[in-house]
Amino acid sequence: MAMTDTTQSARKAWLGTLAKAPAAEMARLWQGAGYAPEYEVLRAPEIGAVMVRGRAGAAGAAFNLGEMTVTRCSVRLVTGEVGHGYVQGRGKGHALQAALTDALMQSPDAAEDVTTRIIAPLAQQAHAERSTRAAKAAATKVDFFTIARGED
Amino acid sequence: MYVAVKGGEKAIDAAHAWLAEERRGPTDVAELSVAQIKGQLKLAVNRVMAEGSLYDPDLAALAIKQARGDLIEAVFLIRAYRTTLPRFGGSVPVDTGEMACDRRVSATFKDAPGGQVLGPTFDYTHRLLDFKLAADGEVPDAPEGTSDGVTKPHIMSFLDREDLVQKEPEGPEVPPDLTRAPLELPATRALRLQSLTRGDEGFILGMAYSTQRGYARNHAFVAELRIGTCAVEMEIPELGFAIEIGEVEVTECETVNQFQGSKTEPPQFTRGYGLVFGMSERKAISMALVDRALRWEELGEDNLGAPAQDEEFVLYHADNIQATGFLEHIKLPHYVDFQSELELIRKLRRDAEARDAHREAAE
Repeated sequence: MAMTDTTQSARKAWLGTLAKAPAAEMARLWQGAGYAPEYEVLRAPEIGAVMVRGRAGAAGAAFNLGEMTVTRCSVRLVTGEVGHGYVQGRGKGHALQAALTDALMQSPDAAEDVTTRIIAPLAQQAHAERSTRAAKAAATKVDFFTIARGED
Repeated sequence: MYVAVKGGEKAIDAAHAWLAEERRGPTDVAELSVAQIKGQLKLAVNRVMAEGSLYDPDLAALAIKQARGDLIEAVFLIRAYRTTLPRFGGSVPVDTGEMACDRRVSATFKDAPGGQVLGPTFDYTHRLLDFKLAADGEVPDAPEGTSDGVTKPHIMSFLDREDLVQKEPEGPEVPPDLTRAPLELPATRALRLQSLTRGDEGFILGMAYSTQRGYARNHAFVAELRIGTCAVEMEIPELGFAIEIGEVEVTECETVNQFQGSKTEPPQFTRGYGLVFGMSERKAISMALVDRALRWEELGEDNLGAPAQDEEFVLYHADNIQATGFLEHIKLPHYVDFQSELELIRKLRRDAEARDAHREAAE
């Protein structure tokens, strides 16, 4: 199954949204959507670690900053789509729901509905949270002003 | 002679039962939840994640609860847990230029593009105890401003453009990992940075402070300090491309030091770098100072014999779990070792007394 650049970047975006979603929110939306696709588990949910790297001076040689917990899972729907879930933290249910969502997103019949019920709400929440923090940060931005100049 | 001794199981069980009771504290006071620790003791959680070298706020909060607030014990629990996890791989190096900044200040450029953003800082508080917190205090909402929605450029890039700052050398894309191979000296900068970022905050702070007080003098300016969230990307083999697998809050500090030049380098600014999990700016600044001090050889500076220039001294003593393991083992039974020491002292004493008696008799 060859994937065009557009579908790859779209898939990259939804997988990132699923990975960063709070597990409880993912579970709520998944249950609310009421999907019950038939599937087989290719890789049962597995908790592990990923070594997070940085760069010396933000630009130079890579170094190991420390690990983070990640849970992954892979499934295949009876209709053939293979879904992968890689999510932050130790959520086996979260990883399974992410893998199933990824698989459903590849099915032309389901993609639009899944986008509406799961991906878009998660992306909107993440965006709202980020915007709120950015707004609070903006309120703490210093406005310098000159009180008096020496030459007067 | 090795003598196997059994016994003590009952005493140990009772000690652990009492520990659990003491951990709970008075039962007429509500029990602390892991969510409360995660949400309200966030800087403790950050420290445990940084020194435990595992980013997972839920686990770090649990470890703090289990350790009764002893953060080094909590770090120990996290390090032990970490070893049970399979490693899925390494991330693409995080791009701190894309950070969603909660805080970003520069001590070198007042009018830095992107501005001086204070964030939720203790700076400028009066360090007076706030007794309102002892009562149930309502917290007013923090004010919101208008964000320009643009990422903040690294301050160092401005100096870099003028070619006034030393270039960061490149290195292998897969850096050496001190959790996989024993730390050998001389260490690469990548290994030093890994060791410093997971090192004990107090130790790194003390080392950094020593450089400020004149042991390997390197007067540092904080070119930039930024705290915020960065996405973590990893190549996924089954997909054939990289995806975001999460995001981490980090503190980054870039210091700039004046440098007169050496046999190999022209006069320019040099850099120190700190990057730490969580909101940990004391640690990040300390890390940058110690990183810079350890770079003396690569920059052709003199070895002044200062502790912070001594890679072996710094790297072999920075890890509080190694240190506490070796330090605390001496409280465990050493009955047989000590018995032999006792025998030795008694024999030396007998020999000395016999010599004295012999000398007196001769006189």
